[in-house]
Amino acid sequence: MRFSTLLTATLICWVPLSAAAADRTLTVYTYDAFISEWGPGPAIKQAFEAECGCTLEFVALDSSIGVLSRLRLEGESNKADVVLGLDLNVLAEAKATGLFAAHGVTAEDLALPVAWTDDTFLPFDYGYFAFVYDTETLASPPKSLKELVEAPDDLKIILEDPRSSTPGLGLLLWVRSVYGDKAPEAWAKLAKKTLTTTKGWSEAYGLFLKGEAPLVLSYTTSPAYHMIAEDEQRYQAAGFAEGHYMQVEVAAMTKSTDDPELAQRFLQFMLSPGFQSTIPTAQWMYPVIDLPEGLPAAYDKLVDPSKPLLFPAEEVAAERKAWVDEWLQAVSE
Amino acid sequence: MPWWLPATSALCVVAAVVGGALVALGVAAPGFDIAGNLDDAYLWRVVWFTVLQASLSTLLSVALAIPVARAMARRQFPGRGLLLRLFSLSLVIPTIVAIFGIAAVHGRSGWVNDVLVLLGIGRANYLYGLTGILIGHCFFNMPFVARILLQAIESVPPESWRVASQFGLRSRDLFRLIEWPAMRTVLPGVAGLVFMLCFTSFAVVLTLGGGPKATTLEVAVYQALRFDFDLGRAVTLALVQLLLCGAIVLAVLQLAVPGTTALTEGRLYERPDTGGRLGRAVDGLALLLTGALVVLPLIAVAVAGFNATAAEVLARPALWHAVGQSLVIALSAGTLALLLGGAILISSRSLRHRLGRPAAAARLELPASLILVVPPFVLATGLFVLLRQVADVFALGMPLVILVNALMALPFVVRFLGGPMMEEAQRHDRLCQSLGIAGWNRLRLVEWPGLRRPIGLALAVAATLSLGDLGVIALFGSQDFATLPLLLYQAIGGFRMTEAAVIAALLSLLCLALFLVIEGGLGGLGAFRGLRRHRHV
Repeated sequence: MRFSTLLTATLICWVPLSAAAADRTLTVYTYDAFISEWGPGPAIKQAFEAECGCTLEFVALDSSIGVLSRLRLEGESNKADVVLGLDLNVLAEAKATGLFAAHGVTAEDLALPVAWTDDTFLPFDYGYFAFVYDTETLASPPKSLKELVEAPDDLKIILEDPRSSTPGLGLLLWVRSVYGDKAPEAWAKLAKKTLTTTKGWSEAYGLFLKGEAPLVLSYTTSPAYHMIAEDEQRYQAAGFAEGHYMQVEVAAMTKSTDDPELAQRFLQFMLSPGFQSTIPTAQWMYPVIDLPEGLPAAYDKLVDPSKPLLFPAEEVAAERKAWVDEWLQAVSE
Repeated sequence: MPWWLPATSALCVVAAVVGGALVALGVAAPGFDIAGNLDDAYLWRVVWFTVLQASLSTLLSVALAIPVARAMARRQFPGRGLLLRLFSLSLVIPTIVAIFGIAAVHGRSGWVNDVLVLLGIGRANYLYGLTGILIGHCFFNMPFVARILLQAIESVPPESWRVASQFGLRSRDLFRLIEWPAMRTVLPGVAGLVFMLCFTSFAVVLTLGGGPKATTLEVAVYQALRFDFDLGRAVTLALVQLLLCGAIVLAVLQLAVPGTTALTEGRLYERPDTGGRLGRAVDGLALLLTGALVVLPLIAVAVAGFNATAAEVLARPALWHAVGQSLVIALSAGTLALLLGGAILISSRSLRHRLGRPAAAARLELPASLILVVPPFVLATGLFVLLRQVADVFALGMPLVILVNALMALPFVVRFLGGPMMEEAQRHDRLCQSLGIAGWNRLRLVEWPGLRRPIGLALAVAATLSLGDLGVIALFGSQDFATLPLLLYQAIGGFRMTEAAVIAALLSLLCLALFLVIEGGLGGLGAFRGLRRHRHV
């Protein structure tokens, strides 16, 4: 191949992306896993567009925290009508930006295990952090966080780093809510059992499935994926007596939206079965309303925490940095 | 044209992108307090660990690459050509796939442990910790170093081997008198590049290093930018990284020596040290280590890809759409990197050859690499802040990804093309000057025939690097934009490990194919032959 041929081929391959034109367009900032072909995004787009006669445009950022930082960078001039996928733990900081508007939606159908009164953010799914174990290599998993902390050091666990991942931060808060000021001691003990602390959930879960350790920090709903999509009972979550720390994912409309009516309509739609029924088998989390068709059968077999643990968002915002520093100190010794 | 003009133009592009991003972010940061951010014990502990692991990783990669390059230079064996091409894969494979591949071989339930159990020795847990970091970084970097060193050995005029046989030199003397001097001309540059790559390592260090004790400066920058949204601290730490890395690499470059290439009539002579039992044992050991460190993890990636979901995954239009976009990015970025790299090298060659200042030339090539030490999320955020006032960042997505990928591939182009271009000048520069051949004619008639093979290699490396790069696009935000690595990460994020494994295997195969096509197409069919073919025959 001649160099010039290659150059020409390159230029020809350059296909400009054409934007679909429609009268009303709703732009939703979210994270990339949500709109991937394995996530709930495509089905939600189709369902909402059929109902509203508008175009739903997703802008996918790399992560939940990436969504917030994009918004902070753009400030008032952001292009979003709705922001979807913020974690409860960054809610106070998100609110402090002053970029969000009250949703004005009467959310009486909400079926969260905790009361929801926020007038700006609405939840769209929730779940519980849990240690998922491999039943083939671990016959009797720990039955409480204390049992895990006190287990012999040859029981290996894979964790995520709270500085770079949501489950990592979740465990940090979980340990804090169970151990209080004694959290550093518990972390020092956990550190001895930690095979590795990864950047994100993907590395941790992948290594777990490769058989590197019998326990990994994930969600109570993770086994549902294996049971439903793979018909595999091997991976189960360990139920902990102290309760499980919650993750709640929320959405809100922006103050700067040019179509508040449409944004509000989307938030309303978000709490309807058309949106919520995609959550259990695409997002692998719990829907925030009672679905008319109920949950998939596999969800009956999951660990159902009798006691959901959750710090108020303001407390997380105020203490997070100190707790992360404390954790870093405890596990680095 | 003055000698400095091409490099200056190319480096202006680098400076505009890197400097523009950092300045834009610094300006956007409220209360930018450099001193306050540096007064932090945690930070300096992280810096110390980063320097330590990067130095050890570089030393080990280079120390292993030397015997491997030697073994490849003096042995012909079946699969040698394939092995050489596999060498270019390890740099291309997305980090997370490499981590899985390495764990499949060296992990607690990996192949090595399976063999140990089979032999009755029992399991050895050696992966997570400093050894894990070193294994990971050797996987990524050793093959690249070996490839550059091999190129240096192969540029030794064949007459040297004839003279060596006549004097009856032994293997040790050959190394001291012929190979080491040849390697030394390229070693400081390539070691500096590897150091920078290891210095900025994130997921490999965290995951294979076993935990937060193993934290690099890159992690601290990420924490500052994403977790705390402290722009000022992020820019300060990025500057610390840039300056520290720059200073260390500059120090290494002081070891640069000019090339010693002599004229050759281009006949082939056999090396006198291919017999010898000891030599064979050493080469065998070097190749065995290569197998364990580089080839087995790659095989693990390929094996994982042959699973039940393969047919279904490969039938998806979305996958081929991503393949198409990845190829466009790879070829455009590769070409751009080649043009920029060529421009820098034309100037640095003049400095080295005509003005006799090798250390200054090495310093001129250094800024081409500095983009590698700017954390990608800092670069993306900075560019976003910079460009969003003047243009629609979403519309700019594709050109921006191409530009950034090209700049990331630039240092590799400089390393792969630098040696051969210097050699070319030593052969023909005087002749061209006395005959007054310059410009396009010199490029077409003199440089191209001699350089088409290394140009093919450099373009192949640059293009495949861009093919495997996740790219800043993931951080910019996108709608219809999908590349193979992006699809791969999405699949893993959605529990689809088996589908992700198929995509990873496809990505590797695609890289290999692209490599062969470019290298063979540009370099001429001779590039395909495993045999070393000298030019001007």
